[in-house]
Amino acid sequence: MATETATGKPLNNRVAPPSMLRRHGSQLGIIGVGFAMWLTFVIAAPAVFTNLNIYNAFAQTTPQFGIIALALTFVVITGEIDLSFPSIMALGTAAFCLVTAYGGAPWYLGLVVAFATGAACGLINGLLVAKLSIPSLVITIGTSFLYRGLELVLMNGTGVPLTADKFPEMHKIFREPVFGFPVQTLWMIVLAFVLWVLLNRTRFGAHVFLVGDNPTSARLMGINVVSVKTRAFVLVGVMAVFAGLMTSIYGYYFWPTTGDGFLLYTIASVFLGGTSVFGGTGSVVGSFVAAFIIGAINAGIVSAGINAFYTQLCFGLVIVISVVSQTVIERRIRRQSLTGR
Amino acid sequence: MAEAAPVLAEKTAAGRIPVIELHNVSKTFGEVRSLSGVNFAVYPGEIVGLLGDNGAGKSTLVKTVMGFHRPDPGGEIFFHGKRIDDWSVARARALGIETVYQERALCEKQPIWRNMFMGREPRTKWGLLDVKRMREESARLMSEHMGFTSAAVHPDNVVTTMSGGEKQGVAITRALYFDAELVILDEPTMGLSLTETRKTLDFVGNIKRAGKSAIFIDHNIFHVYPIVDRLYVLDRGKVAGVYDKADISMDDLIDRLYRVARSGSLE
Repeated sequence: MATETATGKPLNNRVAPPSMLRRHGSQLGIIGVGFAMWLTFVIAAPAVFTNLNIYNAFAQTTPQFGIIALALTFVVITGEIDLSFPSIMALGTAAFCLVTAYGGAPWYLGLVVAFATGAACGLINGLLVAKLSIPSLVITIGTSFLYRGLELVLMNGTGVPLTADKFPEMHKIFREPVFGFPVQTLWMIVLAFVLWVLLNRTRFGAHVFLVGDNPTSARLMGINVVSVKTRAFVLVGVMAVFAGLMTSIYGYYFWPTTGDGFLLYTIASVFLGGTSVFGGTGSVVGSFVAAFIIGAINAGIVSAGINAFYTQLCFGLVIVISVVSQTVIERRIRRQSLTGR
Repeated sequence: MAEAAPVLAEKTAAGRIPVIELHNVSKTFGEVRSLSGVNFAVYPGEIVGLLGDNGAGKSTLVKTVMGFHRPDPGGEIFFHGKRIDDWSVARARALGIETVYQERALCEKQPIWRNMFMGREPRTKWGLLDVKRMREESARLMSEHMGFTSAAVHPDNVVTTMSGGEKQGVAITRALYFDAELVILDEPTMGLSLTETRKTLDFVGNIKRAGKSAIFIDHNIFHVYPIVDRLYVLDRGKVAGVYDKADISMDDLIDRLYRVARSGSLE
């Protein structure tokens, strides 16, 4: 069991404001884990990890799932989950291709249609979950097949080249570095800031926490639970399409299988970031850092000269240890509060 | 028996218009009829007690007044004499009706300041959440209204860490802060210590002194009787009787409550 230190604990912690550590414990924890891991990599392979190239590499790929993780944090805080975002990535990007490459419409119209598709997918998910009270774990597996199937039928299972000469603006937005800095990570920083404000400084964000904590209380106090949950799912839909476009432009090609393999990285980022599966607590900053940890493991293991077969093992260790320690810490806080010390 | 309500209410009110009035309200959950044909009114500056056994429909009635439950077709809700068809919790709160629920309606993993402003968070002129004000106001309210010294309860404390009385304090302060015209207290003394109960009952008295109205629900008739002006007795979803306190002694009331519990009739 966890040992308790006698020092540093106030005599009666109910008369003290919660400490910095308690208020931001999980965020600080995840930043610590990230830092420790980075140090390990630097020690294991200093030549690789003091060279900027490695950071450049995973700064381009991490946001492809990290951006969705930021939005998925909202859904998880409301106490739900969305497993259909990989399919929404593909369906939204397919909509872009249909409108532009096949339909001849300009790129910006394609973007509008793509985001509208993502929003519509999220809206369907949200209404099915919130309005009909279907468990999100179940229904988003269903809609995942639905959206993927629709995309495959629409595209007839074929891909679409997205070259820089045909879509110069798209490549500027989603791929070309800004002053040598990977634009993907810039986007992720901007979106993390916007979503942080949305979660922590708007009524919608406040209601996301309340709905996830106790939906009955929220309803008794006049909060529209259905609307809050639905909007969270719409957010994931739109961000999934953003990530789908970014991923496809990065590869210069839209694959009908876009999104495959994204599911676990994204969900792992949210949980590793300290967002509780039980709802009511979570943070955008946590998901942000966790996404880069997961991205770094991927790039780091191989670059450090470790056999790539160790990647999954390393993932597993980091995630399991982090989540277990979060739970243990949280339980200790709760026990302290019950005993009043 | 349902006829009794309007007649007695009129006598008490002497032509005044009720703050809230329920007319012929029924509420069915599937096969269970929780309320049937209830007429109910609360007048300005009046404290109304609601008595009845478990399952008599007290909580359902309160949640209907509050807009949480929608009455079955045929039931009507009037606010200051005006019929309102799209009654909802948000609407009721906007019009100045606040409730301290039996289950307290708190979000326990959240800090006090989030609970205090739940559902009506203040915003800055930029449209963003005014977190600074929420924190400061919470600290002020907790010390001024509930008598916590400002150091005892910090607005950033999560609700789980608080005692039952402190939680109740948050729920009551929340109802008081928004300057409600009608405060509903659903078993507010349940699970409270003696001093906490005293404080809560004082609070109900203050509502009346401020010229506001209240609906007070409690199992303990010794809590209810001294502070109310009028009493509704509910039994199996119906109004079994309405009494002016002046017309009935506590002993008589207790007698009748026993009778209604046994036979379903007050006489």
